[in-house]
Amino acid sequence: MTLLRSTLETSSAEYAANRDAMLAKLAELDAEHAKALDGGGPKYVERHRRRGKLLARERVELLLDEDAPFLELSPLAGWGSEYTVGGSVVTGIGVVEGVECMIVANDPTVRGGASNPWTLKKTFRAADIAWENRLPLINLVESGGADLPSQKEIFIPGGRVFRDLTRFSAAGIPTVALVFGNSTAGGAYVPGMSDHVVMIRERSKVFLGGPPLVRMATGEDSDDESLGGARMHAHVSGLADYLADDEVDAIRIGRRVIARLNHRKAGPAPLAPPVEPRYDPEELLGIVPTDLKVPFDPREVIARVVDGSDFDEFKPAYGPSLVTGWARLHGYPVGILANAQGVLFSAESQKAAQFIQLANRSATPLVFLHNTTGYMVGREYEQGGIIKHGAMMINAVANSTVPHLSVLMGASYGAGHYGMCGRAYDPRFLFAWPSAKSAVMGPRQLAGVLSIVARASAQAKGRPYDEEGDAAMRALVEEQIEAESLPIFLSGRLYDDGVIDPRDTRTVLGMCLSAIHTAPVRGAEGFGVFRM
Amino acid sequence: MITTLLVANRGEIARRILRTCRDLGVATVAVHSDPDAHAPHVREADAAVRLPGAAPADTYLRGDLLVAAAKTAGADAVHPGYGFLSENAGFAREVIGAGLTWVGPRPRAIELMGSKVEAKRLMAEAGVPVLAELDPAAVTEADLPVLVKASAGGGGRGMRVVRSLADLPAAVESARSEAAAAFGDPLVFCERYVESGRHIEVQVLADAHGTVWALGERDCSVQRRHQKLVEETPAPGISAALRRSLHEAAIRAAERIDYVGAGTVEFLVAPDGGFAFLEMNTRLQVEHPVTECVTGLDLVERQIRIAEGRPLEGRPPAPDGHAVEARLYAEDPARDWAPGTGTVLRFEVPGTDAVFRSPDRAGIRVDSGVEDGSEVGAHYDAMLAKVVAWAPEREDALRRLAGALARARLHGPVTNRDLLVRVLRHPAFLQGEVHTRFLEEHAADGLTAPQAGPGTVRLAALAAALAESAARRARAAVLGAVPAGWRNLPSQPRRARYATRGAEVEAVYRSTRSGPSADGVVVVAVDPDRVVLEVDGLRHPFTVTRHPGLICVDSALGAVELTPLDRFPDPADEIDPANLVAPMPGTVRRVEVREGERVEAGRVLLWLEAMKMEHRVTAPAAGTVTRLPVAPGTQVGKGTVLAVVSPDGPDEASEPTE
Repeated sequence: MTLLRSTLETSSAEYAANRDAMLAKLAELDAEHAKALDGGGPKYVERHRRRGKLLARERVELLLDEDAPFLELSPLAGWGSEYTVGGSVVTGIGVVEGVECMIVANDPTVRGGASNPWTLKKTFRAADIAWENRLPLINLVESGGADLPSQKEIFIPGGRVFRDLTRFSAAGIPTVALVFGNSTAGGAYVPGMSDHVVMIRERSKVFLGGPPLVRMATGEDSDDESLGGARMHAHVSGLADYLADDEVDAIRIGRRVIARLNHRKAGPAPLAPPVEPRYDPEELLGIVPTDLKVPFDPREVIARVVDGSDFDEFKPAYGPSLVTGWARLHGYPVGILANAQGVLFSAESQKAAQFIQLANRSATPLVFLHNTTGYMVGREYEQGGIIKHGAMMINAVANSTVPHLSVLMGASYGAGHYGMCGRAYDPRFLFAWPSAKSAVMGPRQLAGVLSIVARASAQAKGRPYDEEGDAAMRALVEEQIEAESLPIFLSGRLYDDGVIDPRDTRTVLGMCLSAIHTAPVRGAEGFGVFRM
Repeated sequence: MITTLLVANRGEIARRILRTCRDLGVATVAVHSDPDAHAPHVREADAAVRLPGAAPADTYLRGDLLVAAAKTAGADAVHPGYGFLSENAGFAREVIGAGLTWVGPRPRAIELMGSKVEAKRLMAEAGVPVLAELDPAAVTEADLPVLVKASAGGGGRGMRVVRSLADLPAAVESARSEAAAAFGDPLVFCERYVESGRHIEVQVLADAHGTVWALGERDCSVQRRHQKLVEETPAPGISAALRRSLHEAAIRAAERIDYVGAGTVEFLVAPDGGFAFLEMNTRLQVEHPVTECVTGLDLVERQIRIAEGRPLEGRPPAPDGHAVEARLYAEDPARDWAPGTGTVLRFEVPGTDAVFRSPDRAGIRVDSGVEDGSEVGAHYDAMLAKVVAWAPEREDALRRLAGALARARLHGPVTNRDLLVRVLRHPAFLQGEVHTRFLEEHAADGLTAPQAGPGTVRLAALAAALAESAARRARAAVLGAVPAGWRNLPSQPRRARYATRGAEVEAVYRSTRSGPSADGVVVVAVDPDRVVLEVDGLRHPFTVTRHPGLICVDSALGAVELTPLDRFPDPADEIDPANLVAPMPGTVRRVEVREGERVEAGRVLLWLEAMKMEHRVTAPAAGTVTRLPVAPGTQVGKGTVLAVVSPDGPDEASEPTE
C-alpha cells in the first residue's frame, strides 16, 4: 500500500479562513435545502396531516430499511424559478429489504403533487440513474397530474414517464407503484405500466377520467370509487395487485414486493472491506481556498476520501497539473483524475487519455475531482497541439464505458469541464461542493473578454470608448456570471445531482459506487480516432 | 449402602440432590413430567423415567408411579426433596413397603407433625412453648388479631389474618375451602396473631441412634404472603440466651417424636423475645444452603448417611461467618406478584463461586432450577433459583448478595430480583430489624418498584435502539459502512418504539457523520451488544442483549426488558377489545355466566386461579356473552380468549359491503 502523506496545516490561519468560508456556504446551502424540506409550507403540510396522511419523506423513511442510508437527489430542483424548491417530488437512492432502489415520491403538499417542468426534469434524471444502474424503481404516487398553467412544457415530453416504465420492465428492472392518492388521467399509467401495484383502501384513486369527464363524454353517472377506487381495482379491474388497509400497510406490502424480487446485483462485489481514511474527513472543510485562483493539492482531498488514504499515483512526474492514480473507495477499485494546478496542458491531457484507457482495460470506475480553469491557451500551446491533446482526453472520456463519478470541488471552467467529465459527458453521478463554480470561463475573464471585444469594435469604428460604461458593464457581467456559476444555481437547473457537504464526499461516492455496481461494469471496446 | 437413588422431585432441589449423589458415587434416577422432559435435572441424572402428563397431580404427586419408576430403574433409595410428596407419610410407607430406602424421617414422625393441631399438643407436652389454639367459634374481641390456619397447611396456603370479628366467618370459610382444595383436609384453627413477629427456625439433624444436633437457626422473616424471600443464618440481633433456648426447644421437639434425618423446627419470635412453636418441617428446607455455608456440612449427604443408618459422630460444627439466601421467583412484585412465564433467555449470576455446593471461602453460591433456554410454566413453583452469599460478617454477606443479584443477567420471565436487592439494601434490613410484615411496613419505600425508573427506561430504550441500529448496520447486505441512517437532507429523527411493563417508550436519535446522537445525552460508544451513554458528566455502560423479539438492557441503573414494536403492525394481530383474554396462565375455577347471557359492565364472568390467587374476570362493558370457550378446570395460557362480550350499542358496526 502507498499511504498519502498529508501536509495540511490545520492550525494555520489559511485553513481556518477556508473552513469558515466553507461553513458559511454550507449554512446557505442548508437554508435552501430547508425550503425543499418544507414542501408546500406549514399550511399545506398541516392539511395533509389532518387527512391522516404521511408526508412524502415520511413515506420514504418508512419504506427504507431501518438505519439504512438515503441519498436524496436533485433536492434543489427548480431553485431560482417560479416553482417551489424541490420540484414537488422527492427522489433518491435508498435500501429497501437489502436492495438499493430508486425511490420517486410525489410531494402532495406542493400544489397537490402536480408536475411542473422541474418535476419532470428531476423525475427524468432519477429514471436515467435507475436505468443506467439497473436500480428497481419505486414510485410513491400521489399527484394531481400536470400543473396546468405549465402544461405546454410538460405534456409532450411527459410521455417519457410511461415509456420509461415499460422499457424498465422489458429490460428486467422491476418497477413498483404504491398509490397513496390521486393518480388520474395520464397519471393512471404510472400504476398501469408498473410491474407491481399496491393501492390503499379508500385512498387510491386511479382512473382515466373522473365523474365530470365521464358525464361529459358519455353521459354516464358515476363516482370516484366505481371509476377508480382501490377496492374496485383489486376486485374488479385487476389493476391493483395488492389492497392495503392504510398507508403504513401499503409501505409494508411494497417492502414485501421488493423482498420477493430475489434481486441480485449484477456488478462485481467490493474487492475488500471498507477501510476508513487515515485522515479526518472533517478537515475537508479547510482545503479549498476562498479564492479559486489559488490552487490546492487534490491529494489532500484524496487522502480524506479513499480507503485507508491508500493511493498509487500514475505518472506522478509527467503532467503534474493533473493527478491520476488508483485507490479503493468503500472497497470498490477506482481510478481518480484530479486537477492540481487548475490548467490542463498537453501532457496532462495525454496522461488523462492514457489513464482512462487503462481504467477501461481493467473495468475500473473513474472519479473526476474538478478544479480546472480549462485547457491552456496561448501561441506556444496552440502550436504545441493543445487542441488535439485536449481532444484526446475528451475522446477518451466520451467513449469510456466504465462508470464515471464527478465531483466539482472548485473551478470547472471551459472545455476543462468537458474533459473532466462534466454533465454533458454523462457521468453516472455528478455532485458539487458549495465551493464549486462552473461556467464557460471565470466571471472576470468573461467580462474582460467582452470589454476587449467592445473596445476593439469601438476602435474599429473610430469611436471613443466609454471607459465608465465599460467598468459598469464589466461589474454587471461579472456579477451575473458569478451568480450563474454558483452550485446552488446550477443544481436548481439539474446540472448536477446535488450540492454536498465536502465531509460527506466519501459517503456519497461510496453509495454511488454501490448503486453503480448493481449493473455490470465493463470497459470500452474502442475509442474514437485519437488524433496524433 | 445406597447405590442408586431416585429423586422424586424436579427443579433446583432435584439438581441439588443429584450433585451430592455424584460426589458420593451414588447412581441417580430422575423423574420428569412432560413439560420437564428436557429440564436440566433430567439431563444431569444417570437415568430418567417419564411421568406422563403435566399437572403435579398426574406426575410428581403420583406415589405409585414414583415407586414403580424406582423399581424400573433399579433404584434402592428414594429422596423426596421438598414439596410434592416430601411430607406425605403414605408415600414414605409405600417406598419403604417396596423395600426401598426412604431418605427422610420415619412415616410416623411425618404424620405427627403433619397435623398442626396434633403437633402443637405434642410440643406443649414436651415443654416447647406453643401459641394457644383457639376454636374459631370461641374467638373474642380480646383475642384479635388472630391467624386462621389450615391444620394440614404449609407455605401460607389456607392462612388468613383476621383483625375484626366480623371478618372471621368469611376468613374461616375461605381458608377451609382453600385447605380442602390444596390438602384434602378442611380442618382449620385459630391462634393469636403476633404482630411484627419474626420467623426463626432451627435446623436439626437426628440419627437413628438417638443423637440430635441443632445446626444453628435461620431467620426467614422477610416473606410475602407467607412465602419466604430472604433467609439468613445466624439470626441477627438475638441474644445468646434466646438462641440457646430455641436450639434446646428444637432438640426437645425432635426427640419427642423420635425424629430421624434432617428437619426444621419453626418458631414465631415476638418482639419481647418470647417464642412459640409454629410447626416442624419433616424434610430438607429450601433455605438449607445458608446452614451448609456456615457449617461446612452437606445436608443431603448427611440425610443419605442417616438413611443408611450411620450415626452422627462428634459434635455439631460451630457456625463460621454469616450466610444469606435470596429466592429468585418468576413473579412481578410491581404488578401484584403476577407470575412470569416463558423462556428463560439468559440466567447468569456473574461472580458465582459455587453451584449446588458451598464455596470454599466467602463467596456466592447459586442453586438454580433453570438455565438459558428453560421454560417457566404455570404448572410448578415459580422459584427460579436461590442465590446465597457467605461472608465473615453479616453486612459483608448482604452487600455481596445484593451486588450479585443486581449484576445478574435474568432475561425472559419477569423476576423479583429488584425487590430482593431493595430489601437487602434497606436500612431496616441492614439493622436486622426484620419481621414477617417487613414488606408491608416498608411498602412506602417502594420496595416492589422496579429498580429502573422512567429515566432509566428511557436511557435503556435509547441504548437498545442504538445497539439494534449498530447490529443492523453490521449485517447490512449493502452500504454497511455508511454511517447509520445517513441522510444528505435529514428531515426527521429516527424513532424506535418499545413496549415495556405495559407501557410504550420511544427512543429518538439522529444520524450524524460521527455516529448517532440524541438529546440530553452524549453517545460515547455504540456496539451491537454494548452502548455507553453519558448523562450529566457520568458515563453509563449498558449491556444490550438482543433476543428474538426481546431486547434486554442491563446496567447498574437497573435491568430493563424491551419488546420492539414493529414499524408495520400486522393488521391480523389487532385484538378485538370484546375478547377477554387470560392475563396470566392459570386454571379456570368457576364460570358464572352462560353463552348468550346479557351482562352488565363489571359483572364477574369467571374466576381464574393462577399462582395461588383467584383472579376475577369481569365484563368490560354491558353486552352479551357471545362466546365462552372455557369451562371449570380448563388450563389456559396467557392471552387465551376466556370469553367474548359483544357490547350493546345502537350503532352496531356494519360489515363492510365488499
